[in-house]
Amino acid sequence: MNWLRDFVRPKVKKAVSTKDIADNLWCKCPACGQMLFSKELKKSMYVCTNCDHHLRLYLDKRLNMLFDNGEYNEISLPKIKDDPLKFKDTKKYTDRLKAYRKETGREDAIIVAQGDIGGVTSVIAAIDFNFMGGSMGQAVGEGIVKAAEIAIKGKCPLITVAASGGARMQEGMLSLMQMARTTAAVNLVKENKLPFISILTDPTTGGVSASFAMLGDVHIAEKGCLIGFAGQRVIEQTIREKLPAGFQRAEYLKEHGMVDIVVRRDEMKDELVKVISILMHKKPNLNRLALK
Amino acid sequence: MDKKDTMVLDFEKNIVEIEAKIGALKLLAEDEAVNIDDELSRLQKKLEKQLISSYANLSPWQKAQIARHPDRPQCLDYVNALIEDFTPLCGDRRFADDETMIAGIGRFKGVSVAVLGQQKGKDLETRVKYNFGMAKPEGYRKAQRIMDLANKFSLPILCFVDTDGAYPGVDAEARGQAEAIAASIEKCLQMKVPVVSTVIGVGGSGGAIAIATANRILMLENSIYSVISPEGCASILWRSADKVKEATEAMKLTAQDLKKLKLIDEIITEPVGGAHRDVAYMVEKVGEAISKNLNELLKFSGEDLKKQRTEKFFTMGRNLDK
Repeated sequence: MNWLRDFVRPKVKKAVSTKDIADNLWCKCPACGQMLFSKELKKSMYVCTNCDHHLRLYLDKRLNMLFDNGEYNEISLPKIKDDPLKFKDTKKYTDRLKAYRKETGREDAIIVAQGDIGGVTSVIAAIDFNFMGGSMGQAVGEGIVKAAEIAIKGKCPLITVAASGGARMQEGMLSLMQMARTTAAVNLVKENKLPFISILTDPTTGGVSASFAMLGDVHIAEKGCLIGFAGQRVIEQTIREKLPAGFQRAEYLKEHGMVDIVVRRDEMKDELVKVISILMHKKPNLNRLALK
Repeated sequence: MDKKDTMVLDFEKNIVEIEAKIGALKLLAEDEAVNIDDELSRLQKKLEKQLISSYANLSPWQKAQIARHPDRPQCLDYVNALIEDFTPLCGDRRFADDETMIAGIGRFKGVSVAVLGQQKGKDLETRVKYNFGMAKPEGYRKAQRIMDLANKFSLPILCFVDTDGAYPGVDAEARGQAEAIAASIEKCLQMKVPVVSTVIGVGGSGGAIAIATANRILMLENSIYSVISPEGCASILWRSADKVKEATEAMKLTAQDLKKLKLIDEIITEPVGGAHRDVAYMVEKVGEAISKNLNELLKFSGEDLKKQRTEKFFTMGRNLDK
């Protein structure tokens, strides 16, 4: 046996690479650049332990965090005809859809779920930023419409969680029309005197901010998130000036009267429970904590 | 055309050449006693033919250029010609008056109405005055105020949409451009009076739909209505501003495409050569189309109108062939 040729690698790698901490043991904070240990990050609900930056949160984690005991029923959404315009830029829209579906395991950029929040049965419609930047096309619009229907039927509050760059350009005018459709949907909830709470997370811009997301009875924004109508690059090109510090951040919007409450991620559930329980005239059930 | 500074589009060059010849011929006939009738009628026929052939098969990009033509009739051209006793109303009662957003009350063919629309301006001075047709939050809040007024006094609302989009600026963001547009869409949906919106030039994204969430949406033959400007779409999806023609093609933003997608109700025919070639004719045609649609809507109760409007938008997209 030649010790040079038949060198046996130590089996450290195998010992470490269990499913849990598979590919990203470490994660870099996009704000301060600090390397963060994945396990720590999970514990802190994806908030940087160094600079307190709130990283973007996966949707299932968001829902776990908001619903009591992390329990909820996902509601199936009507199937939408793909690619009504037969849109092709550098790539076919259908190919893009396929790729995102494979990557995220979801049909489109929205989840509608029903469950208890502080003991009050509620409907959440949440946008998945990981699916084409959370862009709003027909499927997202249909999801909001469906969520509103269920909320009205069940006489429960509607909560939307926005995380979107805006309209889905590949669906052209059909995506613009979702601004009117989603507005009509949340308007029906409001007319039925049911609370509509809009949660704004990073980022909420374009067609989503200029429709249902800005029409809540109460607006709760996550600390530091970007909220605005026009993109920062477009504004810079228009006015040819540097943008002020903190521009279009949650705190800036609160200062300008567009947001009611700015919260840290770990405070969001409590704030939501408070608001819903007060508006629904119910005593909050605080024993049912969120799964962290 | 005697206006020397008129913009000539690529595909209009032949037309302008023939027009110049006719002009020269007429000038010649004034000075000398020559008979130009034959030559004149020959040229006139050629002009007609050229106009028809140039305009028969316009590409979406060419239509976009006509929609943006600086001589194209704008909101106030329609308002001044169609609305009697037009009384402009100013201000959002909160911050300022946005001149871009034309708003007021008047009479349309004898019926008291409220009017909304964006004005772009036609020369440098007026373009600056109207902020190039890009309304700020106070503009959309003025629109909401006028809609409330219209609802209270049962005035049908006529909107003339012509904007590249809502103004993207620091001050607009600070005052809540997103909320102003969202609330404007919501207000449109709450109206218990007929709302008829006509896209007369460019329907630019959120800034347009803020006053186009209507019972009837009409579009001029060569107007466009889109979720983003062709230039914006090209630079985001193609990462190159040069691909603007491809983007315009793909976006399906012409009146004809949008009618096929059942997103608009009616196309108003323009004079051959585009609305800017015969403003008086265009204004009359638009007046007729609005009048027809308004009369149909006036038969319904306020509750029904509101319900129909909401239903109309819920149906959009669902009614396409599977």
